Amino acid sequence: MTWDWEFAFEVFPEIISAIGVTIGATVAAYFISLTLGLVLTLLRRSSFKPLSLLVAGIIEFIRMTPPLVQLFFIYFAFDMSPFVTGAIVLGVHYATYVSEVYRSGIESVPASQWEASKALNFSTAQTWQKVVLPQAIPPVIPMLGNYLIVLFKETPLLSGIYVLEMLAVAQMIGSDTYRFLEPVTIVGFLFLVLSYPSALFIRYLEKRSGQLPGSSEKGVKT
Amino acid sequence: MFTNIGEFLPFILQGLSTTVQAFLFGAALAYSIAIVAGLARTSKLAIVRVVATIFVELFRGTSLLVQMFFFAFVFPSLAPFTISTFLAGGLALGFNYGAYASEVVRGAVLSVPDGQKEAAISLNMSKFQRMRLVILPQAFRIMLPGIGNNSIELLKGTSLVYFISLADMTYRADILRGANTALSSQIEIYTYLLLTYFVIALPLVLLTRWLEKQASKGVSTA
Repeated sequence: MTWDWEFAFEVFPEIISAIGVTIGATVAAYFISLTLGLVLTLLRRSSFKPLSLLVAGIIEFIRMTPPLVQLFFIYFAFDMSPFVTGAIVLGVHYATYVSEVYRSGIESVPASQWEASKALNFSTAQTWQKVVLPQAIPPVIPMLGNYLIVLFKETPLLSGIYVLEMLAVAQMIGSDTYRFLEPVTIVGFLFLVLSYPSALFIRYLEKRSGQLPGSSEKGVKT
Repeated sequence: MFTNIGEFLPFILQGLSTTVQAFLFGAALAYSIAIVAGLARTSKLAIVRVVATIFVELFRGTSLLVQMFFFAFVFPSLAPFTISTFLAGGLALGFNYGAYASEVVRGAVLSVPDGQKEAAISLNMSKFQRMRLVILPQAFRIMLPGIGNNSIELLKGTSLVYFISLADMTYRADILRGANTALSSQIEIYTYLLLTYFVIALPLVLLTRWLEKQASKGVSTA
């Protein structure tokens, strides 16, 4: 089989019309993972031991099992639209990764900062909000950016529960026409074109953020 | 609920050997690629560096599932020979995770202090001796956590061979689901599947942690 430009041009609009679904799922899942990730980190640091152990256990379990299986599990257990299921499952899966990033950021804030805010009579909530998080988050922003790209590249999984993202469309074209070469290559190309420049940009940010005042080496390393 | 364990679990476990084989094949390929590509990216020769970088970015920039589709559906129509679905799945896993792991190798090699290399040169060691006796043993210790995490990701990634109809555990569970349409059975099936993946990943996690500890023994941390 050789590359057929005419066929490629014919199917290109069909595939690119699904890019909205791909990007929508990425953004929705990313939003969930950033928020839930922070919640998980804070819960894990709770001084109430049973709670922090429970959260640590849940994080480990989610990280150690395949997102595809989690996707099937939630899809068949709950009656939600495939898109919503997909965004939630990917979001929750990567929240466990994102929470490790937050943790590295928080651990890079020196203990003296806690002591200083105690000396100023700040409450725990105030310390988190005004002292720790503002110092912990900015240095890890590039690492958080990495997970946006990771999530983007994981969205083809959603074709498993019939979300019509780019790869699902390519597969449909393939099984209709018996030509997989062009559709699958186009999808790969689109992923490359969108993710590679973003990855370069994040690497640039990472390099730069290492030079920002207040960011420690530990929080920035990947 | 959870009353059919005697029927469901053995059926799912029939896919265990496929999952494990895909993992072992993928891991063997991935870590061979990782060492070659990782070292190639630190090469003095620009051409070697460029080729390795293109390879790594190509497999990191497109999605694993897209690559699996490529090997399974596109490759057979391009190549004059046929490849089995197992080989297609294994190649995609090996290339994709190999590209990621090559970054771990590269990072580890670069993090060995320059003084070590200089000391080896002053002892009149050849380039090969330097790499084998001085750089790699130290880099290996730094690599271990990254390689361990990569292996867990690889194990989770094997579930994607479901999409190319390779009868792994996820695929077996899907067959089971087709025959048991009651909601409670479906939840039951995927619960067993999740737990099985967890049980397989657990020794991998523990081994990684143990290796990390062993590798840091007798090394000053300052």
